[in-house]
Amino acid sequence: MDLKGKKIILHDMCLRDGMHAKREQISVDQMVKVATALDAAGVPYLQVTHGAGLGGNSLQHGFAPHSNEEYISAVAAKMTQAKVSVLLIPGLGTMRELQSAFDCGARSVHVATHCTEADTAPQHIAYARKLGMDTTGFLMMAHLNDPEGIARQGKLMESYGAHTVYVTDSAGYMLPDDVKARVGALRAVLKPETEIGFHGHHNLGMGIANSIAAIEAGATRIDGSAAGLGAGAGNTPLEVFAAVCERMGIETGVDLFKLMDVAEEIIVPMMEHVVRVDRESLTLGFAGVYSTFLLHSKRAADRFGVSARDILVELGRKKMIGGQEDMIMDTAMTMARERGLLKAVAA
Amino acid sequence: MSTRKIRCALIGSGNIGTDLIYKIQRSPVLEPVWMVGIDPASEGLARAREMGLKTTAEGVDGLLPHVLEDNIQIAFDATSAYVHAENSLKLNALGVMMIDLTPAAIGPLCVPPVNLREHAEKVEMNVNMISCAGQATIPIVNAVSRIQSVGYAEIVASLASKSVGPGTRANLDEFTYTTSGAIEKVGGARKGKALAIINPAEPPMIMRNTISCLTDDEPDHVKITESILQMIKEVQKYVPGYRLVNGPIYDGNKVQVFMEVAGLGDYLPRYAGNLDIMTAAATRTAEMFAEEILKGSIKLEPVV
Repeated sequence: MDLKGKKIILHDMCLRDGMHAKREQISVDQMVKVATALDAAGVPYLQVTHGAGLGGNSLQHGFAPHSNEEYISAVAAKMTQAKVSVLLIPGLGTMRELQSAFDCGARSVHVATHCTEADTAPQHIAYARKLGMDTTGFLMMAHLNDPEGIARQGKLMESYGAHTVYVTDSAGYMLPDDVKARVGALRAVLKPETEIGFHGHHNLGMGIANSIAAIEAGATRIDGSAAGLGAGAGNTPLEVFAAVCERMGIETGVDLFKLMDVAEEIIVPMMEHVVRVDRESLTLGFAGVYSTFLLHSKRAADRFGVSARDILVELGRKKMIGGQEDMIMDTAMTMARERGLLKAVAA
Repeated sequence: MSTRKIRCALIGSGNIGTDLIYKIQRSPVLEPVWMVGIDPASEGLARAREMGLKTTAEGVDGLLPHVLEDNIQIAFDATSAYVHAENSLKLNALGVMMIDLTPAAIGPLCVPPVNLREHAEKVEMNVNMISCAGQATIPIVNAVSRIQSVGYAEIVASLASKSVGPGTRANLDEFTYTTSGAIEKVGGARKGKALAIINPAEPPMIMRNTISCLTDDEPDHVKITESILQMIKEVQKYVPGYRLVNGPIYDGNKVQVFMEVAGLGDYLPRYAGNLDIMTAAATRTAEMFAEEILKGSIKLEPVV
């Protein structure tokens, strides 16, 4: 399909999804350095929060060294053109926290629900609109709902006031046809002015191909991450995607070489482990498991002597979804007990 | 024990109200007499009539003229936070004690094994049942904080999608605030945080709860584990499906407990332990008040 001249809005995730890959340990100084460089490269939207978004600081999701407010204020003050966005998952983040993020300079929000539970988001989407924010309804783990179901859920998000509805491949499980079917189903039911976005994970190496498939089916917003810094095998690597767009004549408005420099000179040296498709992140994509579970499973594996792959496959079988990180430890303990590696407490 | 029972009214003819009928009918000290709805065609009201209750579709105002002649002494409100205050005012004025299953929380928060006796002794005329996650997790937080001081407690409740009604969905922040506050006020943690996850898996998952506490000092593993196991037994007296799956597990100052709550399957399905623990805790609360009234140790008075 000829996509020449198509305009696409890029949204960088390395200071939010990338927090997961850094066990939430990115300093304010690092955030400002990365954000300033991305702003200079012309990236129009940058997401900045704890990996789990507003309200994310917790035993469940880890504690970052700074509050979301500190990160957002520090970054927003330095932006010349980029807008700062945040993630809000109802049940974890609240409207009070959204107001506080807005007061610190956030002007865009992904309001995220599991792909079948859009009706937990009406108050948060309405509140974001009241604040005048660029508002997205973000349907996570979208492989777990069929295209018709995604269309119905997207329609709900639109009815609450979302400007944009995202198909979110949190498990990095989807193949290009899966993406096209879901984006296409949304395009068929949403109002023409409602935009569609795609957020990929690279667990099966499909981040770029899936994003292009999304654009072919009508998406106009694409999430990615410089050098792919994100959960699992990372997000769609933004500089690679920008290069592919340039070759195809898709207009992103970013300076490709500057973006390549950010990835190579700033992001890669920040990585604690090389974010890539390895045995465990491949398991996420293959079994359809939430990408953030990766490092948690490795830790549970070390502690209880059960392999991370076995834990991930079991979590996939039990249909655990984003936010249920506590069930990783629980599942590892149950498996360890069944294998005689852990003694039960009598109750 | 006397064969006399305390007569009850149920406000709200939805799933919770219907499940309450079953639990109250089994009680040796309670008798369900009235069910109050707002829709004459509601299934809940029809079922209540089949089960022998008197019904009205005119809201609480339809019940008021019958309160004294039918000697109604306890009412359960399973409507919404918005109408609870008015319901409570009208019924309290006639000397009816209110058990609030909405997030309104006008009265003190009640978790039966933690503070019910205290509320009964003070003859509180309105007690609030917090939230399903609160009922399922606060006993454990309290089991830790009664041994050692807890600086921070965090709970994660995973609920089956089919068990979460439209009211909770549309007001998820309210659930978060109410539960977080109750972890502090009733659980005894200096700071509380509540997380809720709604999982659509089929077949529906049974309610799960993970409770994590950070103690100020090195936790005493033996004493805390014993306290938690004791508390679980207390909750099991009214929710038999309250079960320890894993833990307590210790990591530095962190204590973690992994629970499952299966319902009794009265009217609500077994996986909906989150709804069952609310109706069971509410019934348990009413029973404690009823026992004291029957013994003559407390007396309900009109609130004017």
